[in-house]
Amino acid sequence: MFPAKIWREFPQRYRLEAAKCKKCGKTFFPPRLVCNSCFHREFESIKLPWEGTLVTYTIIRTPPSSFSDQAPYAVGIIEVVPGLKITCQIVDVDLDKLASGQKLFLEFRLIQKDGKQGVLCYGYKAVPVADYNS
Amino acid sequence: MAGIVGYGSYIPRYRIKVEEIAKVWGTDAESYKKGLMLQEKSVPAPDQDVITMSVEAARRALLRAQINPQHIDAVYIGSESHPYAVKPSGTAVAEAIGAIPEVHCADFEFACKAGTEAMFVAYGLVCSGKIRYGLAIAADTSQGAPGDALEFSAAAGAAAYILGNDNVAAEIEETYSFCTDTPDFWRREYQHYPEHGSRFTGEPAYFHHTLSCAQGIMKKVGKKPQDFKYAIFHQPNGKFPMLAAQKLGFKREQWEDGRLSPTLGNTYSGASPMGLSAVLDKAEPGDLILLVSFGSGAGSDGFVIRTTDRIKEIQAKAPRTKQQLDLSKRYLDYGTYAKFRGKILKAE
Ligand SMILES: [Zn+2]
Repeated sequence: MFPAKIWREFPQRYRLEAAKCKKCGKTFFPPRLVCNSCFHREFESIKLPWEGTLVTYTIIRTPPSSFSDQAPYAVGIIEVVPGLKITCQIVDVDLDKLASGQKLFLEFRLIQKDGKQGVLCYGYKAVPVADYNS
Repeated sequence: MAGIVGYGSYIPRYRIKVEEIAKVWGTDAESYKKGLMLQEKSVPAPDQDVITMSVEAARRALLRAQINPQHIDAVYIGSESHPYAVKPSGTAVAEAIGAIPEVHCADFEFACKAGTEAMFVAYGLVCSGKIRYGLAIAADTSQGAPGDALEFSAAAGAAAYILGNDNVAAEIEETYSFCTDTPDFWRREYQHYPEHGSRFTGEPAYFHHTLSCAQGIMKKVGKKPQDFKYAIFHQPNGKFPMLAAQKLGFKREQWEDGRLSPTLGNTYSGASPMGLSAVLDKAEPGDLILLVSFGSGAGSDGFVIRTTDRIKEIQAKAPRTKQQLDLSKRYLDYGTYAKFRGKILKAE
């Protein structure tokens, strides 16, 4: 089950592909099958940018078992285009230096492993904007 | 002439200092710092591997190449630490950068030579007209056994090159390869850490192949060391590439910009290709560059490269290698490093 589930989500997890409603223009990430605004079912695929602004975040100290080695870690809500927010882990950062409003980049990272023998699940995580990028 | 259309590198932010490793194993840090010219090395975060670093380096190469990823007809990744034993790294990277589905993918292996091998093959296919653009990536997250000499150098990083026939920023003027069967370093199937022939890794392996390859390609193009602006060699530590350069007759100003190992460590397949990226970051149009890799087992690939006017247009379009190396560093203690690298045995 696990390989099929992650495989279906490659466009959004690997390439940040969002779905823009062809009728009313509302954009969804992750993509939806039916627009919740006008109930249209046709969408255009658009790529979101690899950067955004941290809206808010929380520190996870009691994680699900597959993330236990990573605790404590941050999960944030990041606005990548006006009105469109994504949720993901924030890594390579001092947790006490996180602040709403800061700029973050999205990097390609390993999200989880399906046990010792299963597939590797990749996707995006946020990292601080580096000195060399500012 | 065919050559490099775009390039990009990726260095993880974590570092560990030689002293931090030495104090755990009771070894003399100064012998590594002075003897092998190693100060610190990069360490991949627990969520980084050859696939993730390759994707980031490839995205940066695309920023510089400014081509449609759908026009990339081949994705080749050279590494000795592919995350899967069976399942290609190349398809994941091709999927992530949007090069699928009309693309030829292959993973290359040849100890530390795998990266230039991918470049060599992609360049050949571009020259033949079989493919329009080829993406060749050199990446590793190699491990040294705890307490082994290799633990002081085994680092992580990636460099990506997009090869093509148009909009070339650096022409590849010649290639050359020099290989023999030399058992200096190996890892048998199902073994976690590699084995090496200790002192046997120097003269008959690294130096014989590196020097022979450099001399062979310079003879092939009729050039002498003084004709080159830069020379980049495989860098398992800080000392070997310096000695190789000196033995060949290169001066410090020719090799020091491409030698990242004193503060990066040995990025294995990534080592000389990352050195090339640091040189391309600061090269001027018309600079002649010698690149010589080395992979145990053993062999070297040589490239003679000349930058074009376009190099100045693309340098600032993505993060430079030296900036990644020198800025935004996050230092680890040995305990956290051991946890990150899976060196701590946990209960099932
Ligand atoms: Zn709609």
